[in-house]
Amino acid sequence: MAIELNVNGEKRTLDVDPSTPLLWVLRETLELTGTKFGCGAAQCGACTVHLDGHAVRSCVVPVSAVAGKKVTTIEVSGNREVSALQKAWTAIDVPQCGYCQPGQIMSAAVLLAETTTPSDSDIDACMSGNVCRCATYVRIRSAIHDAAASLKGGK
Amino acid sequence: MGAPSIGRRRFLQVSAALGGGLLIGFVWPESARAGASTALLPEGDFAPNAFVRIATDGRVTVIINKSEMGQGPTTSLCMLLADELDADWPKVGFEFAPVDPVYAHPGFGIQMTGGSTSTFAMSIPMRQAGAAARALLVQAAANAWHVEASACRTEKSFVIHDASGRRSAYGDLADAAARLTLPADVPLKDPKDFRLIGKPLKRLDTPDKVNGTAVFAIDVHLPGMLTALVAHVPVFGGKAKRIDSAAALAIPGVKQVVDVGSGVAVIASSFWAAKKGRDALKLEWDLGPNAGMSSAGLRAQYKKLAEGPGMVAREDGDPKGAMNSAAQVLDVEYELPYLAHAPMEPLNCVVDLRADSMEIWAGTQFQTVDHAAASATAGLDPQKVKLHTTFLGGGFGRRANPASDYIVEAVKIAMAAKAPVKLVWTRDDDMRGGYYRPMWHSRIRAGLDASGAIASWMHTIVGQSFIVGTPFEPFIIKDGIDGTSVEGSADTDYAFPNLQVDLHTTTVGVPTLWWRSVGHSHTAFVIESFLDEVAHASKTDPLELRRKLLAGKPRNLGVLELAAEKAGWGTPLQHGHARGIAVHHSFESYVAAVAEISFEGGRLRVHKYTVAVDCGRVVNPDTVQAQLQGAVGFGLTATLYSAITLEAGRVVQSNFHDYKMLRVQEMPQVEVHIMPSEEPSTGIGEPGVPVMAPALCNAIFALTGKRLRNLPLREEDLRS
Repeated sequence: MAIELNVNGEKRTLDVDPSTPLLWVLRETLELTGTKFGCGAAQCGACTVHLDGHAVRSCVVPVSAVAGKKVTTIEVSGNREVSALQKAWTAIDVPQCGYCQPGQIMSAAVLLAETTTPSDSDIDACMSGNVCRCATYVRIRSAIHDAAASLKGGK
Repeated sequence: MGAPSIGRRRFLQVSAALGGGLLIGFVWPESARAGASTALLPEGDFAPNAFVRIATDGRVTVIINKSEMGQGPTTSLCMLLADELDADWPKVGFEFAPVDPVYAHPGFGIQMTGGSTSTFAMSIPMRQAGAAARALLVQAAANAWHVEASACRTEKSFVIHDASGRRSAYGDLADAAARLTLPADVPLKDPKDFRLIGKPLKRLDTPDKVNGTAVFAIDVHLPGMLTALVAHVPVFGGKAKRIDSAAALAIPGVKQVVDVGSGVAVIASSFWAAKKGRDALKLEWDLGPNAGMSSAGLRAQYKKLAEGPGMVAREDGDPKGAMNSAAQVLDVEYELPYLAHAPMEPLNCVVDLRADSMEIWAGTQFQTVDHAAASATAGLDPQKVKLHTTFLGGGFGRRANPASDYIVEAVKIAMAAKAPVKLVWTRDDDMRGGYYRPMWHSRIRAGLDASGAIASWMHTIVGQSFIVGTPFEPFIIKDGIDGTSVEGSADTDYAFPNLQVDLHTTTVGVPTLWWRSVGHSHTAFVIESFLDEVAHASKTDPLELRRKLLAGKPRNLGVLELAAEKAGWGTPLQHGHARGIAVHHSFESYVAAVAEISFEGGRLRVHKYTVAVDCGRVVNPDTVQAQLQGAVGFGLTATLYSAITLEAGRVVQSNFHDYKMLRVQEMPQVEVHIMPSEEPSTGIGEPGVPVMAPALCNAIFALTGKRLRNLPLREEDLRS
């Protein structure tokens, strides 16, 4: 079945099993492997992408539900929040193994789009669905605050 | 794994790079290159023994023989080499090494990453390679300028002759340098001249890890590649009895169903087709001899074993006599469960098997072992097999398996598939796939004299060995004692006048493996918690008791005092808060931690860990910080949540809902203090983990009077 997707601003028409989770369409069909497989059950957040600006766990969203919607992944360029977060992540070296970090950044990007100055409890609420086995949480928190400050400063 | 001796000596070798430039490598003097050849070369232009390549455009590429699973060797090994080379840091990059004996661990003799030994083992070889390259570049410049090499200096990838004001870039000298002969003796820098080592430089792998371009094995994509999922046998040691694959094969995209021993593989055109196919399999299992096994049964068995003496791992003085004549005896038991490593990237492997060759992409900590196992499984000459190491989405020991389980499984599937294939384990495969940190039971006793001093200390340990039956057995098992079972206890740094450590090694059908900090993950919990019990019984401050027992151990004492001082040990806390302390020596490094907790709204809240570390000379202090921050979270996860349990032979847990991970809202503040040291650089990936559980449980005792001797803590332990 042909399904039309908009991924990172680009229109794609795909012929895939409509029950396929968006994650595997991104990773296998479109070869956008920055979005990661962690649990397959919306338990870890490694597969987080944006659907019309909302964070979703792409491992449990069938691609048929995404038709006509805007999908944003870690590979996006020119996304204000994602760029600011990537800079902040790099400035304080958040990643260790790095596997969960695209998902962490995509979750945090939604927070920053909605909240200019997130509090620690805002961060807790938004980021509690994203597991980091290396436990880089101290730096994730700092980097979100740093990115928020840089966006407010217009940098 | 204990720290190995760095015995075998390698010799430097210089050669020209294909396409121009300078290569510095090492060779083994005995030319022990069996099983390796240029056939193992990855794409690219460096020789199999290279450790650094300097291109004619000035780029410096360091060849990394260690797996990057977050602990930072891609940056620290580059720093070690680049410092001696006097390279311009922004021009320095890295590539992962192919499989070759020259990249073997100098102590363990195989190419592998583990035991927190990467910096320890590679500091000198990386510095030697950098210094050799620098010496050649200087000589090349001196020859061109007709001056003495000793009249030249180097800075940021330039050779400079101050007397004449001439300077030449490394890239411009690389070809000429490659034609020179290495000087016999290349001195290393005096540490006071280090320009990079000791600086908190930014990680070289971060940019690719924040934009999604870092390649983990699961990201490798080959033309025509199929994906395989395996319905694994639900009980360890079982096998498939009847396979009805009709419904699976009817699913579009499913190509093949094949019994691979460890389970039944479904090979399909995509992950989702393979998943649907796996779900549609109708399988009957022969569950084998372990079908009746349960955690409850094992606990009862271990408890009974602990009542009797095991094999003696250490005996000092007369522990039994001193125990019998003690004024007071404490005699308690501690229990710890099986633990899954649960790396964020589930196990996976890509295999491209051709008629007479094979390429493998894997996130592995065990290149030599996996390469040999894959070659043997495929029946191929090892020289025809290339193994590419990718980034690892977490390792923690799981990807260093002497049985090469997921590699062998992938090769077996590739042999059936007749196409490139990617094996993907789903999270439940990963959680239920075995190779756990063993379950441990300890009986521990202290006999106190009339003054409350420890007269006798006896520790009986019960648990499995994952070394028996592996090639590591001759190195690690001595006189029947598996050193990894008793490490941290049999080699305790505490001065007990009479001491016994004994071990019951059990044989259980659950595959086990090293798990970040290995034996120390259980011994430190038991010893550091029990010392707190002794302190309480003898009405001594827990810090003071440790001070007395560590007299004459300056490095243990150093971190203990530093953590205590920085945490304000002994000073008043906010009402309702309490502290707990622990100190432990592992992987040649020393770590102390003070945990601060309270019960907020009736529930445990971990506010802060103050951590002090002595890991010798620090290469990158920010990596040390990061590893200890991570160790707090990793240790807390195990303390609060983690247990793999068995019922009717089956693993109960399957995903992160029942094998929970610490999350951001539970992460305490972490303050790390590094002891300045000029001792050799030692481990940092593992040594932070052991102290986290006992520091927390000691804090809970200080606040509530409840002594928690079983991990993970129960729900009621977390409530006030």
